[in-house]
Amino acid sequence: MSPTATRHLETASNPEALNRIVIEPLTRVEGHGKVTLLLDEDNRVQQARLHIVEFRGFEKFIQGRPYWEVPVLVQRLCGICPVSHHLAASKAVDMLVGARTLTPPAEKLRRLLHYGQTLQSHALHFFHLSSPDLLFGFGSEVARRNIVGVIQAFPEVALQGVKLRKYGQEVIRILSGKRVHGVLAIPGGVNKALAPADRDLLRKDIDQIVAWSKGAVDIARRLFEDNLAVSEAFGSFRSNFLSLATPDGAFELYDGGLRARNAEGAAIFDHVDCVHYLRYLHEEVKSWSYMKFPFIVSLGNEEGWYRVGPLARLNNADRMPTPLAEAERRAFMAMGHGGPVHATLAYHWARMVEMLYAAEAIRELLDDPDLQGPDLVTRGERALMGIGVIEAPRGTLFHHYRVDEHDAVVKANLIVSTTHNNTAMNTAVRNVAATYLDGKELTEGLLNHIEVAIRAYDPCLSCATHAVGRMPLQVELVDAGGNLLQRLVKDADGRCSGA
Amino acid sequence: MTNAFHLDGLEVPFQEGQTILQAALAAGRYIPHLCWHPDLGPHGSCRLCTVVISGRPFSSCTQPAMKGQAVACRTPELNGMRKAIMQMLFVEGNHHCPSCEKSGNCRLQATAYDLGMQDSHFPHQFPKRERDMSHPDVFLDRDRCIRCERCVRASRIYDGKDVFGVHGRGMHSTLAVNSPSGLLADSQIAPEDRSIQACPTGALMAKRVGFVVPIGERVYDREPISVLELRKYAAEEVHHG
Repeated sequence: MSPTATRHLETASNPEALNRIVIEPLTRVEGHGKVTLLLDEDNRVQQARLHIVEFRGFEKFIQGRPYWEVPVLVQRLCGICPVSHHLAASKAVDMLVGARTLTPPAEKLRRLLHYGQTLQSHALHFFHLSSPDLLFGFGSEVARRNIVGVIQAFPEVALQGVKLRKYGQEVIRILSGKRVHGVLAIPGGVNKALAPADRDLLRKDIDQIVAWSKGAVDIARRLFEDNLAVSEAFGSFRSNFLSLATPDGAFELYDGGLRARNAEGAAIFDHVDCVHYLRYLHEEVKSWSYMKFPFIVSLGNEEGWYRVGPLARLNNADRMPTPLAEAERRAFMAMGHGGPVHATLAYHWARMVEMLYAAEAIRELLDDPDLQGPDLVTRGERALMGIGVIEAPRGTLFHHYRVDEHDAVVKANLIVSTTHNNTAMNTAVRNVAATYLDGKELTEGLLNHIEVAIRAYDPCLSCATHAVGRMPLQVELVDAGGNLLQRLVKDADGRCSGA
Repeated sequence: MTNAFHLDGLEVPFQEGQTILQAALAAGRYIPHLCWHPDLGPHGSCRLCTVVISGRPFSSCTQPAMKGQAVACRTPELNGMRKAIMQMLFVEGNHHCPSCEKSGNCRLQATAYDLGMQDSHFPHQFPKRERDMSHPDVFLDRDRCIRCERCVRASRIYDGKDVFGVHGRGMHSTLAVNSPSGLLADSQIAPEDRSIQACPTGALMAKRVGFVVPIGERVYDREPISVLELRKYAAEEVHHG
């Protein structure tokens, strides 16, 4: 379905006369969000929106804090991918201390941490959060459609998922001191090397982890191909894609230039130094969501929205650097017949290819003597602005800080992965609503179709609502008959007006 | 005959002039404390070291040891009060351990753990306090200050600078900087000063140190403060002869 085919469902012309269905909370996603559907008397969908109802405020409350505290503070944005925020913020802080190029041991240790994070996050999403839908069916019995049901029906698959995640968490624990919210990166480097005993501990299981990851790709591929027509059409639409890539166009998770391709796979921009991101990407604010809507400047806010994350990264990569993952990437891209793959449900398959890459990359790194140090920190000329960009499990993550001459943060801008996918998720929601729900008597199973579409993007709604102070907000007072009595509107500049 | 008193029923010897706290620590008996420091003398402000003698409360860091006293210290009631004091200290400031670089090296945090504090119990006050980042090498985060005045005493006694004082009263009191502008930048403080080392929390820190010590290797990562303090005190006693 074309993304424009359902655009009219973003805003209904007569919302007060429609029935309101709310899916709240969205389940098996990180954070709190809801979907509202407005239906007319014949159950025809007139409006479908994904709302993020969390309110975090990190951009505001890190103001005034010392810059070296930021990578540790902002990782609290999230409990699933804190490493991504830790590393993106650390890369920004590296710029502040004049250390954009780290020592080889420091960069490799950070990469190892990042790959561990990618492994555990992708395993969590595929096995714990999404596999119940994919294995049992989107509208299957709700009591069974969860990880416990998967453990009962497919114990071997479930156990592998749990152990894959555990391995990724072990990488994180060993390097950062804790499974969640530890510390490895410091300004200009890292605070410790990998001890030989810990390296040997991780080496012991890595071949099994690579094998299981390969098996996970096979499962994801089979689930996609077994029901190819639905897999290709479900919540699908064509879009632009954004990711990082290496100078020679290879897949990259930790560092690289920004690359955007359009729906045909042609370059919109490439090799863009991340410090110039504001020339290429802007964000739009809409009154009905706490989450902003980013777009590519040259294409404008109507046509310039894009997707990030596993699907975007595979579509944008000319190759993957590890052999098993590269073979799987080629098989995956064959679906696009020379162009990008656009299916929403292809995210799952792409995600498992990435997990395989992470496992292989960990295996390669564990043989690298640089991980034992000792040259862990570097410094250069101080700067007052730092920008760090990384490919988090869910997509491209931007951290941008400005500090004053006394080392205090004066301004922060974070564009998190889920925010990039805001328009895409809303488009998927509208498409699924129009295809599966329109004119039907709604059931839990049908409503879960909406959640399945959102889940494919693995959104982290906690991360996506970090801004405060410039949040547009609309409060409506409605009487029992549905009549609007009063409306108070706060615009993006913080001004309030009544109506 | 040896001078001795009874601490929770066990005999503790002491030398003339020792406080109850000093004698207890020398005998390998830990009494929780925050504002007291062996080199800075008694202060009696945090009340954490409160003991009960003949039904009356005394701060053990200021109370001289006396022969034959029966001192109650680690009773459930007193430990409960200590925990409540800790909880009040936490809610009265803005102590965000998860992002504080002093975490793991923090006496306030370690003491809270040692006393079994698992929540803050009281409503957080969220006070608005001034942060001083003006100095090139030192910063003052009043959010984390518990006004124990260890920095005030260390600056006066060891640094000879009198950089700090406390102004205001009660929970509205704040740490003041003795300089024409009231800012650290105009004071005589230097990053190697004892006043900075004396801070039991992350209120007064040298800049750009951050998180260089990995989790697992910080001061209180391996042993509780009650064990660590006794060993440290014993080593210093030996060192001092």
